Amino acid sequence: MTIGRARFAFTVLAFGYAFLYLPIALVIVYSFNESRLVTVWGGFSTKWWIALFHNDAMLDAAWLSLRIALVSATLATALGLAAGYVLARVPRFIGRTLFASLVIAPMVMPEVVMGISMLLLFVGSDQLLGGPERGFLSITAAHVTFSLAFVAIVVQARLADFDRTLEEAAMDLGATPWTTFVTVTLPMIAPALVSGWLLAFTLSLDDLILTQFVAGAQSQTLPMRVYSSVRLGVDPQINVLATIVIAVAASTLIASTVLTRRIVDKRGAR
Amino acid sequence: MSGPIVKIDGVAKSFGAVQAVAGVDLEIARGELFALLGGSGCGKTTLLRMLAGFETPDSGRIVIDGQDMTGVPPHLRPVNMMFQSYALFPHLDVANNVGYGLKREGVAKTEIAERVAAALALVKLDGLGARRPAQLSGGQRQRVALARALVKRPKLLLLDEPLAALDRKLREGTRFELVRLQEQLELTFVMVTHDQEEAMGMASRLAVMKDGRIVQTGTPHDVYERPATRFVADFIGVANILQTAPRRWLALRPEKIVLAANRPATAHAATGKIVDIAYEGDRSLYRVAIGNGPVMLVAQMNTERVRESHRRGDAVWLGWSDDAGQPLEE
Repeated sequence: MTIGRARFAFTVLAFGYAFLYLPIALVIVYSFNESRLVTVWGGFSTKWWIALFHNDAMLDAAWLSLRIALVSATLATALGLAAGYVLARVPRFIGRTLFASLVIAPMVMPEVVMGISMLLLFVGSDQLLGGPERGFLSITAAHVTFSLAFVAIVVQARLADFDRTLEEAAMDLGATPWTTFVTVTLPMIAPALVSGWLLAFTLSLDDLILTQFVAGAQSQTLPMRVYSSVRLGVDPQINVLATIVIAVAASTLIASTVLTRRIVDKRGAR
Repeated sequence: MSGPIVKIDGVAKSFGAVQAVAGVDLEIARGELFALLGGSGCGKTTLLRMLAGFETPDSGRIVIDGQDMTGVPPHLRPVNMMFQSYALFPHLDVANNVGYGLKREGVAKTEIAERVAAALALVKLDGLGARRPAQLSGGQRQRVALARALVKRPKLLLLDEPLAALDRKLREGTRFELVRLQEQLELTFVMVTHDQEEAMGMASRLAVMKDGRIVQTGTPHDVYERPATRFVADFIGVANILQTAPRRWLALRPEKIVLAANRPATAHAATGKIVDIAYEGDRSLYRVAIGNGPVMLVAQMNTERVRESHRRGDAVWLGWSDDAGQPLEE
């Protein structure tokens, strides 16, 4: 009976893991495929890895995506921190309800709608002000708009269960409100900011729909590039790219987990 | 400078419809260990937080060391507070926790190190500067919080339920420790507590609060022996409150009553029957029913070792002298 149950549990576990990770494993394996065809195994080779690193269009797209993701995640974290702080700490101000829903709106609004409204905005500002050029700036602005909502929510949640007496203690010891924020509040909510930044970074890196609306003719981000190349016929370089993205994502995730755990260990269970 | 260190003038504070402090006048002298005593919701913590500057009075004013504190934010007040939860910064080690306030003052690094070491020595935590708050015991955390508040040499140290988070054994020792520090440093302490034993044992003077008002101020001896109202008599220690006439009562402490088999030679005496005995080792508490009337609580020291002096159901005499009780009118 127990052996049967153990075997059952093992089978379920195996299915679960297979369901989650088999597609990923396949992508990694097929990135070392010799064959031109993505789905047919033709022996081991690293030629598609070499090909990718000589694919300038793809590398340019990746570089643009990375720059956009870094800048927009950082801006979104700064603005999301401000929005989350206000939502968590200022119980009453004129337009608070409106502000709260506007911050959250990009999370629930269909991306197509956001894309159209953004496009209209940028076309309008182009006519009136002659800028910004549609490309890096417009895409970054669009990404900041929707990813700051996620940061704001993470920050607000962290501040909601924050022990306010810590801030009072700092002020009692002679810290101005600003010093209190920098020396006490900020270090305490740092883990939330890190995860908010990572979230914003990831959202920006793989956004396709919104980006397509606001990107100009000259600029192509990585997801746009991948999407258009898939439409023309898939090349095993896609698998290589996917493998790199998986590696980057996995190591970031592991790093942030280890980092958070180290911080938590140091502080002990509060 | 002489005169009171704290002067509270008609201070009131409401939170929405709830009046937390309803007009308090109070003066606290230099070098006192003053306790604000009361049950939960009596306004004592709000009053303390107004001294620290975390709450602004709706009306009235607070003067600390001759300086009107109206509009002065917490970080500019010559006051430091030890929080009930201690509020140690979890991301800083002990030395940086204690040195936090000095750093804000712009004190030089070497001086900070010296003063932090001295403060830690004062609370007997030498050598623990590198620890994190999470690595300390409850008693050690309390000491860090104390050192952090003392290191800035405040004119006034506020303590919010300083012993509430400690276990019973530790509380006893810490109580004497706090009093020793207060006397040694010649500082003024204002503490808030709901524990009357704590207030009685530590304070040089105390104020009993109820419903946002101060009911009585005095030394522990004054307040215990001469309670002003029935509330105080009942709240501080235990009292038998006997109605002697319409709107006239007598508060009689259990230990001021003698219990004997025969009529004692006291001015007042009554017979009764023991209905209950609580044996506490050093003393016993007897509940004695006087006829069909009130049940009186009587405390007797157990000075004899061999046998129990009285048993349940015994008919006994209670006696008390003329000045044993405090007449009350309210």
